[in-house]
Amino acid sequence: MVDAGTRRRRWTRRRLVGLLYLAPALLVYLAFAIWPAIHTVYLSFLHWDGILPATWAGLSNYTDVFTDSTLGPALWHAVVLILFFAVIPCGFGLLMTALLQGGVRGMTTYRVIFFLPQVLPLVAVGITWRWLYNEDGLVNHGLSAVGLGGLTRAWLGDYDFALIALGLIGTWAMSGLCMVLFLAGVQKVDASLYEAVALDGGGPVRKFFAVTLPALRGEITIASVITTIAALASFDLVFVTTNGGPANRTTVPGLLVYRLAFNESDIGRASALAVVLTLVVIVFVTAIRLATREKA
Amino acid sequence: MNTARALTAGRHLVLILMATAILLPFVSIVLAALHPSGAQISGLSLPGEWTWSNFADAWREANFSRLVLSSIIIAAGVVPLALVLAILAGYSLATLDPPGGRALSVGFVLGLTLPIELVVVALYFDLRQVGLTNSYLGVILAETALFMPFGVYWMQNHFASLPRELLEAARVDGARSFTVLARVLVPISWPAITTLGLLYFMWSWNQFLLVIVLMQNPDLRTAPSGLGFFVGQYSTNIPLLSAASLIVIGPIVLLYLIFQRNFVSGLTQGAIKG
Repeated sequence: MVDAGTRRRRWTRRRLVGLLYLAPALLVYLAFAIWPAIHTVYLSFLHWDGILPATWAGLSNYTDVFTDSTLGPALWHAVVLILFFAVIPCGFGLLMTALLQGGVRGMTTYRVIFFLPQVLPLVAVGITWRWLYNEDGLVNHGLSAVGLGGLTRAWLGDYDFALIALGLIGTWAMSGLCMVLFLAGVQKVDASLYEAVALDGGGPVRKFFAVTLPALRGEITIASVITTIAALASFDLVFVTTNGGPANRTTVPGLLVYRLAFNESDIGRASALAVVLTLVVIVFVTAIRLATREKA
Repeated sequence: MNTARALTAGRHLVLILMATAILLPFVSIVLAALHPSGAQISGLSLPGEWTWSNFADAWREANFSRLVLSSIIIAAGVVPLALVLAILAGYSLATLDPPGGRALSVGFVLGLTLPIELVVVALYFDLRQVGLTNSYLGVILAETALFMPFGVYWMQNHFASLPRELLEAARVDGARSFTVLARVLVPISWPAITTLGLLYFMWSWNQFLLVIVLMQNPDLRTAPSGLGFFVGQYSTNIPLLSAASLIVIGPIVLLYLIFQRNFVSGLTQGAIKG
């Protein structure tokens, strides 16, 4: 038997050994993610071109973010993209889950297909859709085929439709993720709950709202968080499809952070925009978590 | 019975429609890639003559030999390094109760929501100062840090889900903890480690913004980041661009088809436990 003192020494020693295991991951994370993040916050208070000595800017970079004629709209575009990357895919995923209630055989094959856009480099996805949205591409051919030839246009170059066209690429990529998440969540629902609703005389609609929807709370939260972050922090897709055009109609914060910092050498404003973007992400993620929180 | 059958048929119809909507873009670029270079093509038209030379041309024009080599070097650095660090940290947080461990777990989870845009601006200047821009090592360390929150979180969850008896040995005697990890826990954890490794490879292969910022020298860029600039040069040559995209998509799709179970479970379970 070991006495209490020995046990206590072992306990302390184990905890210190634990710190050693943690140290390498922590050091790399602090040095290459947290420190640069803090440094970006610092840079957001400077006027700096990356070469000459920096000067203090106070909050002027932040006022620029909200008043500048290109920076403000970029934030708004990112919020619009949430509709296409998050709201529509989640709604669509729920609709599909309701339709497929009861399960389907051969789901594995479907799941592999639905999930495919999640593993692809967005650059390649963007190039694919550039071609689909091209004047001679599949989208316009499809429209002509169903008698809507009057609507055809170069979608990504269109003032009014470019942002929507961009958003629909997100809808295409994210719908499968939401569906796979929701269908997996439904499988763990106790079948007796559905039977109880049926005994009460409830139909499929009641079953969905009384049983399925509450059971999917966790999955809905996660799907909304992932897709909302993808919308707000988008860069790759916009960079290859429209690069912000036409006439800055599809700029997003990520694109302008890159452009300001590395093409226009305006490090302070780029940093301020990055900080504002991060705050917007945090606000949305917190709002989603609060909205879907279990009522106590 | 007939209504049940009709219902099943209806469900399959819905699923098939959606599967078609997801796959049609791929059909479209595969067909486009098989047209003669620079050809005027439209919709889903079949090529008059099946041309395979676009793949060779795209490979040469975009300098894919260099780009793919860079991609492989970076992934070969990131995957093992990030795995080892995540395993050690996850193990510590799940079993050894290090001081401040709980706060660190929460900190890593919060790190999942930080957009890369916040990090990348200052990271470029920080790394430039120490000579780690235009350097494989710089990108490898940056990606390892970027993927750390998910990896630590994933391994911690995994170790915490193992039977307690397996972890007791490490708890009793901190000095033997490494033997326990290496001889007992890692060997039974290969499925979780494999899944994490595949996700790491995918994220490393697909990473774009970080690479174009840290690698200002185009010769050192990875396949997707090279592709991002190839578009600018050949924006109207759709067969060539399609072929280049398929070259970049190819390896990851192949891996996905082989290990689809790992990819789907990794991305869905990893998300849900959050």
